[in-house]
Amino acid sequence: MALTRITSPHAHAKQSTSQVMLWVALATLPGVAAMTLAFGWGTITNIVLAIAFGTALEALAMALRKRPPGFYLKDYSALVTALLLGIALPPYSAWWIILLGMFFAIIIAKQLYGGMGYNPFNPAMVGYVVLLISFPVEMTRWAAPLPLLGEVQAPGLLQSFGIAIGGSTFPIVDGFTMATPLDLVRQNSALMISDLKEEYAQFGSWGGTGWEWANGGFLIGGLLLLYKRIYTWHAPLGMLFSLALLSAIFYDGGSSASAGSPLLHLFSGATMLGAWFIVTDPVSSAVSNRGRLLFGLGAGALVFIIRKWGNYPDAVAFAVLLMNFIAPLLDHYTQPRTYGHT
Amino acid sequence: MLTKILQTLSPATAISPVQPERYSPSIMRMRKIWDIHGGIHPPENKTQSLGERIRQAGIPAQLILPLSQHIGAAAVPIVKVGDQILKGQCIARAEGLVSVPVHAPSSGCVVAIENRPIPHPSGLDDLCIVIDTDGHDRWRERNPVENFASCDKQTLLGIIRDAGIAGMGGAGFPTGFKLNVRDAREIDTLVLNGTECEPYITSDHALMRERAEEIAEGIAILAQLLQPREILLGVEDNKLDVVAGLQSALQAHDFNALSQRDCIVEVVTFPTKYPSGGEKQLIEILTGKQVPSGRLPADLGIVCQNLGTAVAIADAVLRDIPLISRITTITGEAVDRPCNLEVLLGTPVEYLLQQCGFRAGENNRLVMGGPMMGFALLDTRVPVIKTSNCILAPTEAELPKPPAAQPCIRCGFCAEACPASLLPQQLYWFAQGKELEKLEQHNIADCIECGACSYVCPSNIPLVQYYRAAKAEIRERDRDMQQAEYAKQRFDARQERLQRLEQEKQAARKARQAKAAARSKQSGDADPKAAAVAAALARVEAKKVEAKKAQAANSAEDDPVQRALLKRKAQQQAEAADPQAALQQKVDSAKARLEKAETRLADAQAENSEHLAAFEAAVQKGREKLAAAEQALAQPKEKSTDQPASN
Ligand code: SF4
Ligand code: SF4
Repeated sequence: MALTRITSPHAHAKQSTSQVMLWVALATLPGVAAMTLAFGWGTITNIVLAIAFGTALEALAMALRKRPPGFYLKDYSALVTALLLGIALPPYSAWWIILLGMFFAIIIAKQLYGGMGYNPFNPAMVGYVVLLISFPVEMTRWAAPLPLLGEVQAPGLLQSFGIAIGGSTFPIVDGFTMATPLDLVRQNSALMISDLKEEYAQFGSWGGTGWEWANGGFLIGGLLLLYKRIYTWHAPLGMLFSLALLSAIFYDGGSSASAGSPLLHLFSGATMLGAWFIVTDPVSSAVSNRGRLLFGLGAGALVFIIRKWGNYPDAVAFAVLLMNFIAPLLDHYTQPRTYGHT
Repeated sequence: MLTKILQTLSPATAISPVQPERYSPSIMRMRKIWDIHGGIHPPENKTQSLGERIRQAGIPAQLILPLSQHIGAAAVPIVKVGDQILKGQCIARAEGLVSVPVHAPSSGCVVAIENRPIPHPSGLDDLCIVIDTDGHDRWRERNPVENFASCDKQTLLGIIRDAGIAGMGGAGFPTGFKLNVRDAREIDTLVLNGTECEPYITSDHALMRERAEEIAEGIAILAQLLQPREILLGVEDNKLDVVAGLQSALQAHDFNALSQRDCIVEVVTFPTKYPSGGEKQLIEILTGKQVPSGRLPADLGIVCQNLGTAVAIADAVLRDIPLISRITTITGEAVDRPCNLEVLLGTPVEYLLQQCGFRAGENNRLVMGGPMMGFALLDTRVPVIKTSNCILAPTEAELPKPPAAQPCIRCGFCAEACPASLLPQQLYWFAQGKELEKLEQHNIADCIECGACSYVCPSNIPLVQYYRAAKAEIRERDRDMQQAEYAKQRFDARQERLQRLEQEKQAARKARQAKAAARSKQSGDADPKAAAVAAALARVEAKKVEAKKAQAANSAEDDPVQRALLKRKAQQQAEAADPQAALQQKVDSAKARLEKAETRLADAQAENSEHLAAFEAAVQKGREKLAAAEQALAQPKEKSTDQPASN
C-alpha cells in the first residue's frame, strides 16, 4: 500500500473538461444537420477543413511551447473552436480562408494569450471578424437555400470539397448565392415588411427559408446543454430577451422603416448559434450568474444595434467581442454576496 | 426517492424497533427550513457501514494519546514514565482556558512521553503519552452527579471541562469554552448537528440509531446549561430511520423545566446535500440566519453542538466517564467488514483496520475523516483521537488518484457548488498570481474548505489546496505586518521619551537662567561685569548638574535598553557563579512568560480579538524559548549524570 499525501477532497465528480467540450461539440449536430439540409454540403466542408487545420495548429503551438500536444488536444477546445468557426463561415469557403481564420483563432486569439482558459476573446469570433474585415466580399456571399435553387444543381459532397480545396473564392454559378433575409430588411427602405415577404422567397415562414431550420437546430442543441447543466440559462436567455425586446420596440408595425419582427431576428442569421454556443463560452464571458445575465443582455442589444444601424449583415461576432471587452468590468460589479456578508 | 428512504429505513427497523405509539404525532409538525446556496450530491456510500450494530473495538496493547487532540493549547502531562494509571484517570491537564485535559482510556502503565506520528494533515509527529495497557480495564473511583437538574451552571461547565470534551464533529474546539456564554439567557437556539453530510461517515447515524437515550440526556444537560427557547436537532433526510427514536427519547425530559421557559424541541429533517452539516450552513438551514463573517453563532444567540459531543457530556455528568472513547466508522472497499466501532482514544488505526479485514494491497490511500474534508494518513500507527469520526480505506477504483489538472475553463461549476457563494475560479486565479489583496476582496477568509468546488471542477484543479496555501500566506503577511507595527510603536515611544527628556532639560535651563538674571538684577546693576561673570559661573554649574542628571537618566531608570543590559550583565555574573541555578531560573521565567502569553491569547480568543495572530505568535515564541531553556538545562545534567534527557 502506498500511503500518499493527497489533500482533500478525495472524491471527485465524474465530469471532465473533455466531456464538457465533447457535449458542446455534440450539441451542434442538430444545427449542423439543419444547415446542411438548408445550404448543402458547404457547411460540412467548412467544418472538416476547420477541424483539420485547428488540430494541426493547436498541436504545432503546443509543440512550440514545449508542452505535450496529446494532453492538450484531449481537452477538445480546439475542436469546438473549429466547429464554431466552420459553422459561422459562409458555406463552401475556400481552404485558405478557413486556414487563415483558424490561425487567428487558435494561434493569435488563444495560444498567444496563454492557451485555453486564458483568452479574453472568443477565438472563433476573433477568427471570423478578422476574415470579415479582410475579405468582405467572400465573407458576405451566402449560398442560396437549396429549396430556392430551382434548376441550379447544388454541388455534391465530393464536388464541395473540390470547390473548397480548389481555392476559388466561390463557384460562380448564377443564382447560387442570394441575399439573406437580414440583408433584405436592412437594405429595404420602400416596402412594407409584408410586401417584402411576398416579393422575396427567402423569407420563409418566420426566420427565412433555411435559416429558421438552422436556428431551430441550434436552439435544440442549446436546450440539450442547458438540460445537461453545461451552462446556466443566464447568458443565452439574456441575449435572446434583449434582442427580442429591441426588435419588438423597433418593429414599427411592419412599416418600411421596420427593422424586422422579433421572430425574424430570433430565427435568422447567427442568433441561435450565438445565444447557445458563443455567448455561453465560459472563458471569455463574465464569471457570476448575474454577470453572465448582463453579458447576454448586452450582447443581444449590440446584435440588434449593429443589425439595424451597422454596416454588417450579421452582428453576433462583433457583439460578442465587444462584450468580451467589458467582461472584466461586469465581473467587478457583479461579485456575488458571500455568506455572512451584507 | 421513495426507494431511497425505504433503503435507509430497512436496516434500522431491523436493529432498533420503534414503537410509534410512544410518541405523539404532534411533534412531527413541519417546520420551515431554508436552502443554502450551492452544495453537491456526491454518492453517499453510507449503507456499507450501517449493516451491524456498534461494536466494541477492544483494548489494544498500547494506547497513544496525543496531548493536542483539540484546538488550542496542548495539554500538559501530569504523569511520569513508569506511573501505573487507572482507567479514566487524568494524565494531562488543560493548559489555559482554550485547552482540554486528557484521560487514560484504560488502566496500565505509562511507558513513554515522546514524539509519535499523530493524525494531522501536516503528517508531523507530536508529543504523546504512551500507555501499555494491562487488560484489566480498572476504573478510578467515580462520582457521578445524582441529579443534574439541581447543578448550577458553573458546576456543569466544570465537569464538562474536566472530562476533556472537545467538539467531536471535526474541529475539536473545547466544548466547555464554547458553552461558557456570558449570560445563558442570551442563547435563544440550541442547534444539534446530526447532519453528517459527508459521504461514507456513519458514526453519528449509528449513535442516533442506537443511543438515542444518551443523546437526549446530553441535550437535557445542555438545555439546563444554556436555557434556550428552542432546541433544533437537524437530521438529513437520508437518516429518517432515526427520527422516531430520537423523538421518543427526547420525550423523557421536561425541557420547559430545564430551560425555565417555554422551550420547543424539534427533530428537523431536511434534504440531503453536502455540506449541510457545516455549522454555518446548518444554522442557515434551520433558522434562515447567516452568521456574520468573522463572528460567532453565539452572537446570533445560537449555539451549535455535535451529537457525539452531547453523548460525551451525558457520560461525563451522569456516569463520570470522561472522554476516553468514541464511535469511529471504518469503511471503504479495501476493508471486508465496514462497520462502526466504539474505540478507546489512542487506539492505533492499524489495530482497527485488522479487525475489519483490511486488504492493504488494494488500498490506495488511507483517509481520516470523510472523502470531502478528511486528510490522508501517512502512517497506520497513528492513534484515533477525539475528532476521528471515520477511517476510510478506499480502493483505487473507488477513489481514483486525481488525474493531471487541466486549465480552468471558467465554466463556473465551482461557483454553482460553493456553499459560501464565493467565486472559486476567481480565487484560484488570484491564488496563482499570489494577489493577496484580491483574494481578500473576494472573501477567501469565508471559504470553509468544504471541497465542493474541487469536487465538481471538470479540470480536476485541486482548488482547496490553493486556498489553504493562500490563507497561510495571508496569515504570514499579517503576522509580519503586525510585528513591523509593534516595532514601529516601540521605536516611536522611545523617540518620544527622548524628546520629552530633552524638552525638560531645556525648560530647566531656561528657568535657571531666568533665576540667575533676576538675582543679578537684585544684587545691583552697578557692576555689569561682575554680574556677567556670576551668570557665566552659574551656567557652568548648571550644565554640570544637568550632564550628571542626563547620564543617570540615560543609564538606568528610564532607558529599558540600559536596564536590560544591566540585567543581562547581572545574569551573566550569576550564571558564572552557579550555572545550574541560573538555567533553572531561565526556565522558570520562560515558563512564567509563556503562561502570561497564553492567558492573553485565551482572552483574545474569547473576545475574538483582531490581534489574535500576534498573541499566537507570542505564545509560539514563548514555547520555543521555553524549549530552548529546558534543553539548555537538560544538557549539563546529561553530561554530569549520563542519563537521557527525556524524563
Ligand atoms: S470548476 Fe474548475 S474549470 Fe470550472 S470554473 Fe471552476 S475552477 Fe475553472
Ligand atoms: S472549498 Fe471554499 S471555495 Fe470551495 S466550495 Fe467550499 S467554501 Fe467554496
